[in-house]
Amino acid sequence: MEAVPEKTMPEKTMPREAASEETATAAPGDLGEHFEATVARGARIEPRDWMPDAYRATLVRQIAQHAHSEVIGMQPEGNWITRAPSLRRKAILLAKVQDEAGHGLYLYSACETLGVSREELTALLLAGRQKYSSIFNYPALSYADVGTIGWLVDGAAICNQVPLCRTSYGPYGRAMIRICKEESFHQRQGYELLMTMMRGTGEQRAMVQESVDRFWWPSLMMFGPPDADSPNSARSMAWGIKRNGNDELRQRFVDMTVPQAEALGVSLPDPDLRWNAERESYDFGEPDWSEFAAVLRGEGPCNAQRLAHRARAHEDGAWVRNAALAFAKAGAAHE
Amino acid sequence: MTHEAPASEHDDHDSPYEGLFGGDSDHWAFGTDFDDPLAGIEATIPDGADPRALAQYCLMLGDDALVLSHRLSQWCGRAPELELDIALANIALDLLGQARLLLARAASADPSVVPPLPGASEAVPSPVPAEDALAFFRDDRAYRNAWLAEAPNGDFGQTVARILLFATARLALLERLRASRDAVLAAVAAKGVRELAYHRDFAARWFVTLAQGTEESRRRVTAGLAEVWRHHDELFRAHPVERELAGAGVAVDPADVAGEADAALATVLAASDLPWPEVPQAGQLGGRSGRDGAHTEALSSLLAEMQSVARAHPLGRW
Repeated sequence: MEAVPEKTMPEKTMPREAASEETATAAPGDLGEHFEATVARGARIEPRDWMPDAYRATLVRQIAQHAHSEVIGMQPEGNWITRAPSLRRKAILLAKVQDEAGHGLYLYSACETLGVSREELTALLLAGRQKYSSIFNYPALSYADVGTIGWLVDGAAICNQVPLCRTSYGPYGRAMIRICKEESFHQRQGYELLMTMMRGTGEQRAMVQESVDRFWWPSLMMFGPPDADSPNSARSMAWGIKRNGNDELRQRFVDMTVPQAEALGVSLPDPDLRWNAERESYDFGEPDWSEFAAVLRGEGPCNAQRLAHRARAHEDGAWVRNAALAFAKAGAAHE
Repeated sequence: MTHEAPASEHDDHDSPYEGLFGGDSDHWAFGTDFDDPLAGIEATIPDGADPRALAQYCLMLGDDALVLSHRLSQWCGRAPELELDIALANIALDLLGQARLLLARAASADPSVVPPLPGASEAVPSPVPAEDALAFFRDDRAYRNAWLAEAPNGDFGQTVARILLFATARLALLERLRASRDAVLAAVAAKGVRELAYHRDFAARWFVTLAQGTEESRRRVTAGLAEVWRHHDELFRAHPVERELAGAGVAVDPADVAGEADAALATVLAASDLPWPEVPQAGQLGGRSGRDGAHTEALSSLLAEMQSVARAHPLGRW
C-alpha cells in the first residue's frame, strides 16, 4: 500500500513546453499560484504540472545525485561479493547490491519524467558535473564493513530518505517509498550480520569494532553540513522537496543508533557522546567538516577509483548498447 | 502547518527502525533463520543407489552451479547496462540457490565428503554448516564442476555464449532429472527447470541480438562462442558415477540429452545466421577432467578468492 496524498489539483495544468516559452523563472499568474498552493497543501506536483524552472533544476540535481549514489554505492560492498564467507551471506549481499541497481533504475526513471535521459545523467556523472553521496568515497576494508554499511550507512540514508516519501514531486516521492522499504531490509540484514559476528570469535568482534570506528563519523557527515552552512537547504524546504533540516535528521540518527550500538556491544568513537536528560537526546561531537569538504572536492580515499570503475564499465559496455540499438532498429525496419 | 497532509498516511514509512530487534522475519529476503533447505522433502537414499555415488553426483551438479554463479557475480557493478547487471545477478542467485540445495544433499547422503575444519574438535565444534564447509574448505581437486563453469568471464559476448551453452545443457538435463527416484534431486530439478528456462531465454535473446546487431558485436559474440565451445563436449561426456546412477533411475546420463541440447543450440545459431562451430575441444588431463577433480588453472585462483575470508576465520560465525 502506497500512502500517497491524493492529488487534488484542478485539471488546469499545462505542458511545460508551452509554459517555459512564456517565462523562464517567474510563475505566470494562475500557474504559479497553483504550484505554490499545491506545495503549501502538501500535495504532489506531477510531471505535466507547471513548475518553476529552478524547482525542476533542483529536483534533477537531487534525484540524479541520488540515482548516482545508488549505482556508485554498488562498488564498496560489491567488492566483497566474491569473498562472502558463507553461501547465505553471498546470496544476501548479491541480492542487496542488485537492489541498489534497481534503485538506480527507479530514480533515473523519476528523473526522466523531468525531461533528462539516463544517458545524459551518466555523462554528467562521469564528467564530474554531478555528484554522488560522499560516503561511497570511503573504502570497504573487511567483511564487517558489509554489515556496518548496512547498519550505519543505510540507516543514515533511511533517516534522510523517509521524509522524502512525502516530497512534493510525485514520481520522486513514489520511488522513495519503494526504496525506503527495501533499504530498511538492507539495514536489518547489516545489523544482523554484525550481531552474528559479535557472537563469533574475538577476531570477529575486533573486526566489527574497527569497522564501526571507521564509519561512524562519515555516517554523520551523510546528513550534510550544519544547517547554517547548507546553501541549498532553505529553498528546498520552502518548495517541499526537502522536509527536515540536516541537523535535525543527524540528531534523529544519533538518538536511534546509540541504543543499537549498546545492544550490539560496540562503542562509538566520540568522547562527547552522552545522554542529555534535559533535551531527552544525545549530545555528540562535531564531525570533522574539513574532511567532509575535502572528500567533496574529490580528495577522499576512493573518489578517483569509484568514478574510474563506473567509466570503465560504461565504456566497456558501449558496444553492447550499440548492438541492442542497431538490432532494435533493424527489427523495426522489418515490420 | 495546517496544510500538511495527514500524518497517518505516512506512519508506516516513518519508522524504518521498527522491528530491528526481532519480530517480522518474513520481511527478510532470505529469512533470519537458517533452516535446513531440504526440510519437508523425503531424504532417504533410494533403493539400489550408492550413497557415496549420490553424494559425488550432487557435487557435480552443485559445483557447476556454485562456480558459474561465482563467475556471474563478478559482473556485479560492471555490466553494460543496469538492466543487465540485475539480470546477471538474478541468474547468479538462482544458481547459488541450486548449489546450496545440492551441496546440502551431498553432505546428507555421504557426510564423509564434508572436509574437517581446522581448529574444530569435539570440545570446539565447528559453527560452519555443511554447505559452507563444502564450498569454502574443499580444495580445487575435490571440486567436480565442468570446465565450462570455471572459465574466465571474457567480455559480455563470451559471457552470453557461456550462459547459452550451460543453460541449454543443464535445462535438458534437469527436465529429465525431475523424474529421479531421489526425491531431493527431483525437487531441485523441478525448481531448476523454471530458472534455467529463463537463463536460456535470456542468453538466446542476447546471443541473437549481438550476432545481428553491429559488425563489432557479431565479431565479439562469435569469438566468445568459439572460446566457450572448447568445453562443449565435456558437458555431455558421462562420468562412471553418472552412468551408474542413471542405471538406478536416480541420475541422468548427460550423453542422453546431447541431441536435445544441440538441437536447441542449432535453433539459436540459425536465428543468428551463424554456422555450427568447428572448434577443437579442450583436451583432458591424462583422461581426467572436471568431473574427476582435474581442472584448468582458473579454478584454484577463483577458489583462493572465494574462500579467503572463510578460511581466515574457520571458527567464525557469519
